[in-house]
Amino acid sequence: MEWCAPPARLWGMGGAPEARTTPSRENEMSEKSYRDAIRDAMMEEMDRDANVLIMGEDIGVYEGTFRITAGMLKKYGPKRVLDTPIAEAGMVGTAVGMAMLGLRPIVEMMTMNFAIVAADQILNHAAKVRYFSGGQVDVPMVVRGPQGAGVQLSAQHSQSFESFYAHFPGIHVVAPATPADAKGLLKTAIRGNDPVIFLESAALYGMKGEVPDDPNFTVPFGQSRVAREGKDVTIVSFSRMLQLSLAVAAKLASDEGIECEVIDLRTLRPLDMDPVYASVTKTHRAVVVQEQWKPFGVAAEIAANITETVFDELDAPVARVTGEDVPMPYARNLELLATPHEPEIERAVRKVLYKT
Amino acid sequence: MTAIETVVDRSVTEALETMMLIRTFEEKSAALRAANLSPNMCTSVGQEASAAGVIKNLREDDLILTNHRSAGHLLARGAEPGRIFAEIMGKSTGYCKGKSGSLHISVKELGVVLTSTIVGGELSLAPGVGLSLSMSKSDAIAVVFFGDGAATEGIFHESLNLAAVWNLPVLYVCENNQWQAYVHRKETMLADHVSEFARAYGVPSKTVDGNDVEVVLDAARNAVDYVRTMRKPYLLETYTYRVRGHMEPDDQAYVDKEELASWKRRDPISLIQSRLQRDGELTQDEIDVMWQRVQQRVEDAAQFALDSPYPGFDEMTTDVYA
Ligand SMILES: Cc1ncc(C[n+]2csc(CCOP(=O)(O)OP(=O)(O)O)c2C)c(N)n1
Ligand SMILES: [Mg+2]
Repeated sequence: MEWCAPPARLWGMGGAPEARTTPSRENEMSEKSYRDAIRDAMMEEMDRDANVLIMGEDIGVYEGTFRITAGMLKKYGPKRVLDTPIAEAGMVGTAVGMAMLGLRPIVEMMTMNFAIVAADQILNHAAKVRYFSGGQVDVPMVVRGPQGAGVQLSAQHSQSFESFYAHFPGIHVVAPATPADAKGLLKTAIRGNDPVIFLESAALYGMKGEVPDDPNFTVPFGQSRVAREGKDVTIVSFSRMLQLSLAVAAKLASDEGIECEVIDLRTLRPLDMDPVYASVTKTHRAVVVQEQWKPFGVAAEIAANITETVFDELDAPVARVTGEDVPMPYARNLELLATPHEPEIERAVRKVLYKT
Repeated sequence: MTAIETVVDRSVTEALETMMLIRTFEEKSAALRAANLSPNMCTSVGQEASAAGVIKNLREDDLILTNHRSAGHLLARGAEPGRIFAEIMGKSTGYCKGKSGSLHISVKELGVVLTSTIVGGELSLAPGVGLSLSMSKSDAIAVVFFGDGAATEGIFHESLNLAAVWNLPVLYVCENNQWQAYVHRKETMLADHVSEFARAYGVPSKTVDGNDVEVVLDAARNAVDYVRTMRKPYLLETYTYRVRGHMEPDDQAYVDKEELASWKRRDPISLIQSRLQRDGELTQDEIDVMWQRVQQRVEDAAQFALDSPYPGFDEMTTDVYA
């Protein structure tokens, strides 16, 4: 698609971007934090494609409130690492405009709570431009940032947005649970031609894991993953709750011989239910775990899909483990009470096994 | 000395004590955070003259909206320091039963409508508060405190324009403290003064030295009078400096040392203290007594908060709906 002004020239980068490939380091792995994996993904894609750039509050000179963008301004300069004023609607709208002209902006939200100031730009513009232009215009952009309950950040700063965004056709919604997935999924997000909401768990930033070094490593959207095999109960989750689910599965296996199969959804849109159906067909019991509020949530969607598709396989109603249905309280004791933890997951597993 | 001047002089001394209270409170708050006895919060050290000078001019029935840096506004309004500490610690004796923390404090009995931690949130609600007041028989006004960073959000412009076209009794107070989280104001706006935006919306405005409490008292008196009598918005910008970091704890490694030092030399409390001493309004002894008084008050307040219980578990589900 041609517009009057080639975006590369608009940004003084000269010439069309060349996709560069680096020699394959196919089998090498490094231990990386979730945070570093996200940065690596962005820097590799910025090296590969001059159209990729990043904008956000405090991301350049200050290198990010969560240190995600450390070193990026130094390496890429202020034309590709843009510090913005506190203007979420402005910056996301700008990104949509850039993306429509062929650039590939990444917008970092200081936290995803602030992205709702730009909900119109995301939901009414980014998500719909391709469709209502009759396919003329793509919107290749990523809005990414941390979310979830933290340590006493109160009601406006502790929210999770999976189901909010996943409700809308036209955007992809990604929520990685491991460093490797954070990297691989973010690279897919940046390379893709559609808008992506990339939801990071603030609590996982320090988590370490093995990450492939290969710069061509990506994780495709819409491929749920069996994170642990088991035969007794299927636990479906994503993001930070996946890690809690794995911990519960390990405990129940060693303490009581209950074998949970744990499935990581990775992307909520597109949603890959096939591994869930296969698992439920084996275990006949399912628990879905999410941090967000219960009503109209991801767990409800998963449970509905299971009953629609493999109802006959179920030996118990699908159980949901969710956050309390209240705005996040501030007091530490109430905050802990309002967010799901291992004991609630364990209880739900017992419930579907009728072992209460 | 005329009677009027005596009243003014007393109000300066009162404002000084309010500033001392805010400073002592904020520093204690930071110390409690550093000792892991209290969670993160944003202090207003260096900006005390703005809170004290503006709020001294308000009537009891005037209403306030504020932002994440709100402790100074609350204290100037007469809030109990112990109940603010308790709220920051998430204790049941806090103004919002420990449900808000420093982030969202509302105090109905003090006319504090809202503390919003979404930058610009308070600005979005201000016209509605002003409209409600203008529909009532009262001549009370609404005062909304916001930062220079909030002026870069679109909602600032919507709010100001609404207040202008609907003739709403809202006093906009921009505390231009030169910082917007970890970014210097100069990086995000070309205008040096937020007051310049107001002119475009037909709203009168003024930028004043926010570190000189006498100047703030004076400018705020005029601004408040204008809003109260004209039933129209006004924008007052208090040009000041955020002396501590954005949020405690913060090593301020990103802050220009010389700029910080030059503003510290203009410390609003030292400034007014030495002027009042020079003019023979206060002696060193009297000043010492004032400091001792606020220090005792803040120590007692902190102890009250530390001794207070956490909310009961049943509080988690209360207050969601009316
Ligand atoms: C909509 C939104 N974006 C970003 C933030 C994160 N944030 C909190 S305070 C702040 C800086 C605000 O600067 P300013 O308005 O000047 O107030 P100050 O902190 O200087 O008092 C930022 C960016 C937020 N809370 N809300
Ligand atoms: Mg500021």
